[in-house]
Amino acid sequence: MKGILIIAFKLLVNDKGKFAALLMGITFAVFLMVMMTSIFSGVLRSASSVVINIGAKIWVMDPAVTTVANSIPMPDFVQDAVRSIDGVKYAVPLYSGAATLRLSNGAYQSATILGLDDTSLLGRPQLLEGKIEDIFAENGFLVVKDSEINKLNDPHIGTTFELNEHRGVIVGIAKVAANGLFGMPTLYTTYNRAIQYIPTARFTTSYVLVEPKSPEAVQHIKDEVKKMGFLAVTKEEFREKISTYYKFKTGFGTNILIMTMISFIVGLSISGQTFYTFILENLDKFGALKAIGAKSHELIIMIVFQAGFTALTGYGLGVGLCTIMIGLAKMRLPNYASVVTFGNLGIAFIMVLIIAIFSSLIGVRKVLKIEPFDVFRG
Amino acid sequence: MAKTAISAQQVVKWFGVGDARTNAVKAASFEASFGEIFYLVGPSGSGKTTLLSMLSGILKPDSGSVYIDNADIWTLSTDELADFRLNRIGFVFQDYHLFPRLTTLENVAIPLILKKYDWDKAMQEALKYLDIVGLKNRAQLPPYKLSGGEQQRVAIARAIVSQPDILIFDEPTASLDGDTGKKIMSFIKDDILNEQRCVLVVTHDSRIFEYADKIMKMEDGVVTAIENHSEM
Repeated sequence: MKGILIIAFKLLVNDKGKFAALLMGITFAVFLMVMMTSIFSGVLRSASSVVINIGAKIWVMDPAVTTVANSIPMPDFVQDAVRSIDGVKYAVPLYSGAATLRLSNGAYQSATILGLDDTSLLGRPQLLEGKIEDIFAENGFLVVKDSEINKLNDPHIGTTFELNEHRGVIVGIAKVAANGLFGMPTLYTTYNRAIQYIPTARFTTSYVLVEPKSPEAVQHIKDEVKKMGFLAVTKEEFREKISTYYKFKTGFGTNILIMTMISFIVGLSISGQTFYTFILENLDKFGALKAIGAKSHELIIMIVFQAGFTALTGYGLGVGLCTIMIGLAKMRLPNYASVVTFGNLGIAFIMVLIIAIFSSLIGVRKVLKIEPFDVFRG
Repeated sequence: MAKTAISAQQVVKWFGVGDARTNAVKAASFEASFGEIFYLVGPSGSGKTTLLSMLSGILKPDSGSVYIDNADIWTLSTDELADFRLNRIGFVFQDYHLFPRLTTLENVAIPLILKKYDWDKAMQEALKYLDIVGLKNRAQLPPYKLSGGEQQRVAIARAIVSQPDILIFDEPTASLDGDTGKKIMSFIKDDILNEQRCVLVVTHDSRIFEYADKIMKMEDGVVTAIENHSEM
């Protein structure tokens, strides 16, 4: 069997023009597929950045909330009611909103403001500079050092700004696990300062963050919150909810799906057509092999090996190219929203397998139909 | 007396359906022995290639029997027939059908590879046969860099590398000039043919008739004559 595979390999790679065309087709298709799905994953991750960065296990919210950025304020009693549910270790409020800052140079800049519970500071970011207790200082804000920070004129500890005619002072520089989606700088302060500085509706609590006493208590907490007319979801469920919103209710997911399918069809067409031509050009040789004594299953193995080898090599090149492109993009754009996940790689791999199977099938069909007698007849 | 290598008895083949149905081979019978070169000659469309295909286990006859070394080959299954061709028959096709993307040596080794030989051993063995046909120094060249006569010899090396006892040549001189054609046939008669081997040649090239031991003439699917060359 090994000898047959070596013959198949040499027949494939020694036809340099066609092999290069096959590889380019599959590499390009894989590159596009992985790139598209990676951008989508990156955007979904960015859309859930607050959920990731805060890290609370259970989030209580209005049932109409679709994304973390579109919070619907809840009455204060919700927090107390949640605290009284059996199985809740603690529950704290979170403010999440946006505000317009007036910078020291007079320019205006929108920013995401997160107000952490004054007592526990649950969800506080890791500080690169400054001390966390300074957040309690007068007008204290932490700024997240990400690609958007320069929009605040390269702030440092002590930098001041104006927020709804309140003075704000940067008291710490922080870093977070995930960057935001909307291209705005992120500031952290205390919950009470946030609702004091930023005009809100009658209710002020964006989310109630809950720590359950045990994993078993999660379902009970969710049930009890539901009875109150609100929604409790785990961190993972909230990310899924946000993901579902972007996938199915914004057209973004559909566009990415269409682009991914186009990439797949391009790859399928190029590799299918090229492989078919490759088989056609060698058809008489396959017929001669049959006449000499090659069995049908041996020819099938040869063709499947050729298609599979090309597909897997193209897959590796495509993923490598995509990784290099994302790496280069991230060197220039630190907040570049693109993440290669195992899921993306899996999707691309399945599509490449389909391309390989399709290419093999048309080749195998042709080779099985050729009769050695046709070789004699010319 | 030489042992019978090939025996065809009342072999019939039809092609097409309805009005287009044609009787390509009409009850052909003959015997060829080991140690002889047997020619099938006739004009184009006379049925010689069809008959050759039926003799070599490639095309099933509609009726009649084909015996190779006293074994009825058409009682074998498809895979058994493939094994039979691989082990007992060597083909030299009219257009050679060498793989242009493989070296000459690898082309010759193909039957051994199909016989599951280890790659290195197959190459060593193939090199011996390239030496026999005088092309050892061309082993690493692709076939398209060889002349027509050299390609023919590569095809012969590929046909004999598995040491078959039946060799089938389909129009071996069709693409060659007269001198090269004669040299090839002379080489086949002197170096390839032996007492354990029967060489079957389909041709309509009268310039090489002198190398035949027997000549079977066909016309419109009918065997019209079988003659010893010495009688001609």
